[in-house]
Amino acid sequence: MIDFKLSPEQELIRKTVAEFAAEVIAPMAAELDEKQEFSMELTRAIARQGYLGIIVPPEYGGAGACALTYCQVIEEVSKACAAQGVTMSLSNSLVAYPIMTYGSEEIKRRYLTPLASGEKLGCFALTEPNAGSDSSNQETTATDGGDCWIINGSKIFISNGGVADFAVIIASTNRAAKIRGLSAFIVDKGTPGFTIGVKENKLGIRASNTAELVFQNCRIPKGNILAAPGRGFRIAMDTLDGGRVGVGAQACGIARAAYEAAHKYAKERKQFGSALVDFQGIAHKLADMKLDIETTRLLTWKAAWLKDNKKRFAKDAAMAKLYGSEMATRVAHQAIQIHGGYGFIKDYPVERYYRDARILELYEGTSEVQRMVIASYVLGV
Amino acid sequence: MLIIVPIKQVPDTNDVRIDPETGTLIREGVPSIVNPEDRHAVEMALVLKDQAGGGKVVVVSMGPPQAEIALREMLAMGADEAILLSDRAFAGADTLATACALAHAVRQLGQYDLIICGRQAIDGDTAQVGPQLAEFLQIPQATYAQDLRLEGGKIRVERAVEGEVQVLELPLPALVTCLKEANKPRIPTLKGCIGAFREKPFQVWNASRIKVPLEQIGLKGSPTQVRRTFTPPPRGQGIVLTGDPQQAVQTLVQTLREKGIM
Ligand SMILES: Cc1cc2nc3c(=O)[nH]c(=O)nc-3n(C[C@H](O)[C@H](O)[C@H](O)COP(=O)(O)OP(=O)(O)OC[C@H]3O[C@@H](n4cnc5c(N)ncnc54)[C@H](O)[C@@H]3O)c2cc1C
Repeated sequence: MIDFKLSPEQELIRKTVAEFAAEVIAPMAAELDEKQEFSMELTRAIARQGYLGIIVPPEYGGAGACALTYCQVIEEVSKACAAQGVTMSLSNSLVAYPIMTYGSEEIKRRYLTPLASGEKLGCFALTEPNAGSDSSNQETTATDGGDCWIINGSKIFISNGGVADFAVIIASTNRAAKIRGLSAFIVDKGTPGFTIGVKENKLGIRASNTAELVFQNCRIPKGNILAAPGRGFRIAMDTLDGGRVGVGAQACGIARAAYEAAHKYAKERKQFGSALVDFQGIAHKLADMKLDIETTRLLTWKAAWLKDNKKRFAKDAAMAKLYGSEMATRVAHQAIQIHGGYGFIKDYPVERYYRDARILELYEGTSEVQRMVIASYVLGV
Repeated sequence: MLIIVPIKQVPDTNDVRIDPETGTLIREGVPSIVNPEDRHAVEMALVLKDQAGGGKVVVVSMGPPQAEIALREMLAMGADEAILLSDRAFAGADTLATACALAHAVRQLGQYDLIICGRQAIDGDTAQVGPQLAEFLQIPQATYAQDLRLEGGKIRVERAVEGEVQVLELPLPALVTCLKEANKPRIPTLKGCIGAFREKPFQVWNASRIKVPLEQIGLKGSPTQVRRTFTPPPRGQGIVLTGDPQQAVQTLVQTLREKGIM
């Protein structure tokens, strides 16, 4: 059965998130971007609404919502501020997901509950200076210290890195075994030997914190491992598959913001005696933008639906992520074009949408990596 | 403490247009919302419940089955239970028949402490249902409340009336109608939305369930008859008298005399 209707519950969620996003998040977006500031206050307000624990099961204090509902929340928040969309989606799909799927009962109680309430923030650290697209090339090591694991190495470009209370990290427990030697751990902030390095100065999503994590003989409890040693790469890939569905939703949110700004401007701005919308050249741009957004939404919702129905969704998630991220850049680009010179000026929000959209083509696997993933599925290689 | 909040689902009047031919509302494609002041009434009830250290907030609405979503939204805000009065027999009700049905429903809820209504609904602007409901129930009422507090088993209400503030103290049970200045309605949380559909009690009551005589509700119980609705013709431009004040006053007086106003 194909059903393009959201349930009344999802409709209400969408509506209330849109209200919260417009009232609380949107008014702060431009200033936080300008100052490149992560707002703890806003993050806590978002947590109080339950948006950091959307997919966390109710027994751990979350809302226990499905992937399709998750997409509604992410889209509406990303429309108001892409950076808050990042904070939310990473909290859910990159931090909560691997813990709830692979963590022991003890780990789940200890980390999921405060994560869902916003009392603690998390981050997910896979990328290293020499392990970007080739994320299997991990140089961070975790050696068995008897009653503990000893971590050494560094992670870069970690969203929430500088503000998180704990990090889910991937490290090698057996370098010789390569991919099969990777494992996933949780490291608490304040553990001796764990420090925060450089905070990045960025083009977009500037209200999201991006930082380096450094581990020097950092000893963590033996129990702070997800699943068993050697399962790390599988955990990372499974985690990213789910994250990519969320990136599709982020893309829809940013693109809708750009579209709406452009539509409004095109109705107001007059040249040659007519409003811009009355020129076919502009009307067709808006039509294409709308089509592009709708296409991404269908891809994204389909991937979410597959996930919710326990079907294989990795290819579909990669498609939603790839199409959506390039779409958001395209739509934001056209939104600036429709604004003319005004679009280039910071008095209008479209230049921010353009800068923000750009990250989507890079993180959680670049566009090139998504094409590799899709190709491997469709070509069966 | 049991607080009852009657709410109404209304067309979003920001989106409503009037058919210039027939003079009726074009409701097609117009989204339905919870009457704005009713959200403030629910917020007031929720704050009061917290202040009282517990209790229950029950939201009630008379309307078609689609009004369920409006009640669910109030459950998502934090109301504890919802009751939808839905029956063909309720259709066509004016404010009196509506208040009558609500009064019968309220009696079914047993011992209650307070009823909080929004001041008025944006699709009718009568502000009558609240006061009429209080009359049916024979309880004291305070309309146009901008503040409400519980004080030693009574309520203290600040009424905003004609530019003044009147402070009243009412014994319970009582009815209050609330203004939007009273508070800022909370936005439902994610868990609130989910709980509203999956956990909280929601019931549909028909006319026989509330034991109301059929001749007192719906069209039959409605003495108000709408003869005609129309858009008043736009007012003409005013006249501005300039120049010498003495001359201007003379012209003014003369014009007023000619029009029979003076
Ligand atoms: C703002 C921001 C936030 C981030 N947040 C996180 C986070 O929270 N956690 C985390 O772990 N990481 C995070 N990252 C890291 C991000 O996932 C990586 O930057 C990304 O995966 C690309 O890796 P790289 O930068 O090393 O680029 P490289 O891998 O060096 O790629 C450079 C270019 O080469 C292309 N390329 C590489 N290999 C191939 C190939 N085989 N075929 C064709 N083209 C190829 C790439 O697509 C890209 O175009 C974040 C990055 C940024 C910028």
